[in-house]
Amino acid sequence: MTTVLDVTDFSVEFRTRSGTVKALDRVAFRIGRGETMALVGESGSGKSVTAYALLGLLDAAGRITGGRASLEGVELTTASPAALAAIRGRRAAMIFQNPRAALNPIRPIGQQIADVVRRHAGLSRRDATSRAVEMLREVGIPDPVRRAGAYPFELSGGMCQRVMIAIAVATRPALLIADEPTTGLDVTTQAVVMDIMAKLAGETGMATLLITHDLALAAERSGRIAVMHAGHIVEEAATRALLAAPRHPYTRRLLAATPTAAGDLAELRSIPGNLPDLRRADLPPCRFAARCPQHLEACEAPMVWRDIAPAHRIACWNPA
Amino acid sequence: MRGVLWRLAGSLPALAAVVVVTFILTRVLPGDTATYFAGPTASAESIAQIRTALGLDRPLPEQFWSYVVALFHGDLGMSLTTGQPVLVDILARLPASAELTLCGLVLAMAVAIPLGIIAAVRQGSLADHACRVIVTAGVSLPVFFTGLLLVYVFYFLLGWSPAPLGRLDAFASAPPTVTGFYLIDAALIGDWETWRSAFAQLVLPAVTLGLFALAPIARITRASMLAVLGAEFIRTARAAGLASRTIILTYALRNALLPVVTTLGMVFSFLLGANVLVEKVFAWPGIGSYAVEALIASDGAPVQGFVLTMAILYVALNLTIDLINRALDPRARQA
Repeated sequence: MTTVLDVTDFSVEFRTRSGTVKALDRVAFRIGRGETMALVGESGSGKSVTAYALLGLLDAAGRITGGRASLEGVELTTASPAALAAIRGRRAAMIFQNPRAALNPIRPIGQQIADVVRRHAGLSRRDATSRAVEMLREVGIPDPVRRAGAYPFELSGGMCQRVMIAIAVATRPALLIADEPTTGLDVTTQAVVMDIMAKLAGETGMATLLITHDLALAAERSGRIAVMHAGHIVEEAATRALLAAPRHPYTRRLLAATPTAAGDLAELRSIPGNLPDLRRADLPPCRFAARCPQHLEACEAPMVWRDIAPAHRIACWNPA
Repeated sequence: MRGVLWRLAGSLPALAAVVVVTFILTRVLPGDTATYFAGPTASAESIAQIRTALGLDRPLPEQFWSYVVALFHGDLGMSLTTGQPVLVDILARLPASAELTLCGLVLAMAVAIPLGIIAAVRQGSLADHACRVIVTAGVSLPVFFTGLLLVYVFYFLLGWSPAPLGRLDAFASAPPTVTGFYLIDAALIGDWETWRSAFAQLVLPAVTLGLFALAPIARITRASMLAVLGAEFIRTARAAGLASRTIILTYALRNALLPVVTTLGMVFSFLLGANVLVEKVFAWPGIGSYAVEALIASDGAPVQGFVLTMAILYVALNLTIDLINRALDPRARQA
């Protein structure tokens, strides 16, 4: 499988008035062509920061402090802002939660798709408009010619997310980053939106990085899962293997905190404690240590990645 | 279109209220018109005579009724100071005020909007600090002061500007009236000498008004741009790799302009008020100075006419702002 995105030792910090936030620490993963990898973790674990940092969308306070990230062989961490802007939308696209707010409220949706195609494919205004209509049809929007002139406020949330997908995939990117793409949509719409993404990925060989806090969604829609906690990836494995035999204490806790159709709600267990304060200067090597029931002396040693099964790696000294 | 008609109909009660209030105001104002016009040496008898002639001896409701009836016939009464019908006076002077106010506003927009955009895009930069200084100065300097200062520096000290004595210098004659705007009328007949003269006269008062209007426009543009630049759809546009020009001008600015347009309406009405002082300082023959003179002379009809004209201008202005908002914002077209 060809690797589309290869991230190694990727670290990001934010300078704030109250100190430096070590938001990402040596994050590493790979996504291959046509593959869907889910990045899961609780809020604040650094999932979205990973995506923003990769695409050069961090705000002024954030910066990449180490590591590499290459997209189709192009190094992103050292690329100029202009080079990154040319890659964004062309080779790597992104969709967001809350699709209605993510669209320009006073520009017709067809126009918004056309803007992106014109920029990246260099099409004429007319060709871009017909390409926009074509894309609307592709994401299953009925009556696309008429809808191209519609504004976001005239469409439902699900329709807006389809438009977002159309904007993202119009240039046939190699990588689609979907940041909580179904949050705020009703369940049937969620399924439809995810189906559309899966179909397009299947057709074009696009790799998908699915960022979500919803383990059920990740279980259903991804081939691989990487679990994030406080800026670390703590476990990564094929989805089935990870769900069947989670090894990292955090992953186990996370699964125990996730409701399932079969399970009893009373059996749900919350994860004790909170994410550590990432501004601390003396962050422990394992950032889950303070919340971990299996904490050992050995956990004070520097964090090391270990393959505990084929294509199943964890960062833990005392796995379950 | 129906929405527009509704908006127009909705402003009728406001206009009716203005008619009532101005009538009452001019009656309760201190000063007796008849005494003033009879002159300091007049006898009680002649004052009474004048009062009867002006209809001031009749009961208030009756005076009001005849005022309203006359109003519907387009008769705003006679100005006792100029001896002309108020309508004629106002129509003759309104273009002078309008030309000045519009020039001031356009000038302010031309500076304030780009300044606000740059200040928002490059937060903390030199332009941002300049914006803050100008906004503070514009807010804290009263127009009559700025006006006098400009006259002192550019006319008295430097001599770059002509004497602040109205719309044209003493030797030029007004161009034939088409729009009443000297700059346009002079350009229409290709009389560039008059045009230059009118322009030279206009610069200082327009700058005075412009400086006053600059502050709110720049501040709102900056704040509104900042808010929009932080919006999610801007993040989308950036994630889609759109050129920063497109992001700032097409995506951010058009959205940011919505509150700016609303502010422009407000600023324009402030300017109409500020006009009164600026016209005084520059001997500008507009309706503001007309109203002030009439007020000092206890001349009721011009004051009523002035307030009514202003009210109509406000209504027209609000309607225009609404229309612009509808053109800019599809959501406003729906409502």
